[in-house]
Amino acid sequence: MNAAAWFGVCGAALVGIGLYGLVINPDPLRKILAFNLVGSGVFLMFGVVAKRGAAAGLGGDPVPQALVITAIVVAFAATAMAVALLLRLFEATGEANLDSGVSGDAKGGDARC
Amino acid sequence: MTTSLALDIGLAGLILAIGIWTVFARDSLAAVIGFVGYGLLLAIIWVRLSAPDVALTEAAIGSGMTGMLLLGAAARLRPAGNQSTRTSLGGRFAIGVLCGMISAGLAIAILFPPESIPSLAPTVMQNLAPSGLGNPVAGVLFVFRALDTLLEKVVLILALLGVWSLATDRAWGGVPGLRIYLEPSNTLTFLAQLLPPVGVVVGVYMCWVGANVPGGAFQGGTVLAAMWLLVMIAGLRNVPRIDGFWLRFLLVIGPVIFLAIGLAGFVLADSFLAYPAGYAKPLIVAVEVALTLSIAVTLGMLGAGPPERSRHS
Repeated sequence: MNAAAWFGVCGAALVGIGLYGLVINPDPLRKILAFNLVGSGVFLMFGVVAKRGAAAGLGGDPVPQALVITAIVVAFAATAMAVALLLRLFEATGEANLDSGVSGDAKGGDARC
Repeated sequence: MTTSLALDIGLAGLILAIGIWTVFARDSLAAVIGFVGYGLLLAIIWVRLSAPDVALTEAAIGSGMTGMLLLGAAARLRPAGNQSTRTSLGGRFAIGVLCGMISAGLAIAILFPPESIPSLAPTVMQNLAPSGLGNPVAGVLFVFRALDTLLEKVVLILALLGVWSLATDRAWGGVPGLRIYLEPSNTLTFLAQLLPPVGVVVGVYMCWVGANVPGGAFQGGTVLAAMWLLVMIAGLRNVPRIDGFWLRFLLVIGPVIFLAIGLAGFVLADSFLAYPAGYAKPLIVAVEVALTLSIAVTLGMLGAGPPERSRHS
């Protein structure tokens, strides 16, 4: 197994770890953090695929690499939006959790954030 | 060879350990600090994967800018504590098993690649010469997939509009309340005076050389944004009002020039976002310079958050 394959397995594991954190952790900030872990795991797997496509004197396939650069910037834009929404929620309600306290049916089917 | 393989495996193990830490740490602030270190180590992995352009982006945006936003949020949400209920042990076990299965499936897909691995690298290198660029990644970003890059820039501006729209009615058009609360300190002021001259040179350099070697508009723009934020956090310069003319001009100048050159492609070349033969490189450098300015201002304002103080106060 070469180094790239190890990094690929690492990326796959990060997707699982991030997904677990996203589902388990009730704190929205931690969900945003976990979602970034999932994203970086996917990017890493993409990078391993790019590395395997090394040809024409390049260390890796530049097309997936450029796509990952775009993806990192878009992930940042989404994170910035999510953080702003969370801070606004905290400002408006004084709480920072996703339990819908109004109707009391937080366990309901459509209480997903 | 074996030494470098051992180092790579150690790096992967360290990344996994920090990833687990950010999920399980009790304190949010500690988890976010772990995430910043995680991003920097990830940048080293990108270098090991022969992708220095991605490494620069990950270090600057994935770790630096995201880390700054999350640190500010964690500090601000600290008084909220955590009143939510936790998942039961059985539920956690079931979710853990399912997530493990997803990881295992992905790992199998990575470990057993197809016989012939597809690659666009030869095609990129064949078509790169007419554009005059030396960096194949910049070639993909600004020649072959220029529409992606244009739309990515638009996404950043949409995110900024989204963040601004969370302002209260009273604060609209006002000044962002930079969401970092610090006591004024001599160290911060000193660093905010010492680093920006160096950082601005580094940012401009990264933008300028991006056409030929790793670097480019996004990485350079991020470094400039970081310097601007440092100066604003230290209080050496005021945060601008969001309805200022120059602020909005700088926000859109990059995409506008990019779009104008793209539309000119209909007339001067054969299609949208195509460059006329012989002029590709000067046009791309012009787009990169304008994009760098816009990215720096957009990221800086995203870091500063929605307006909080009304323009009259």
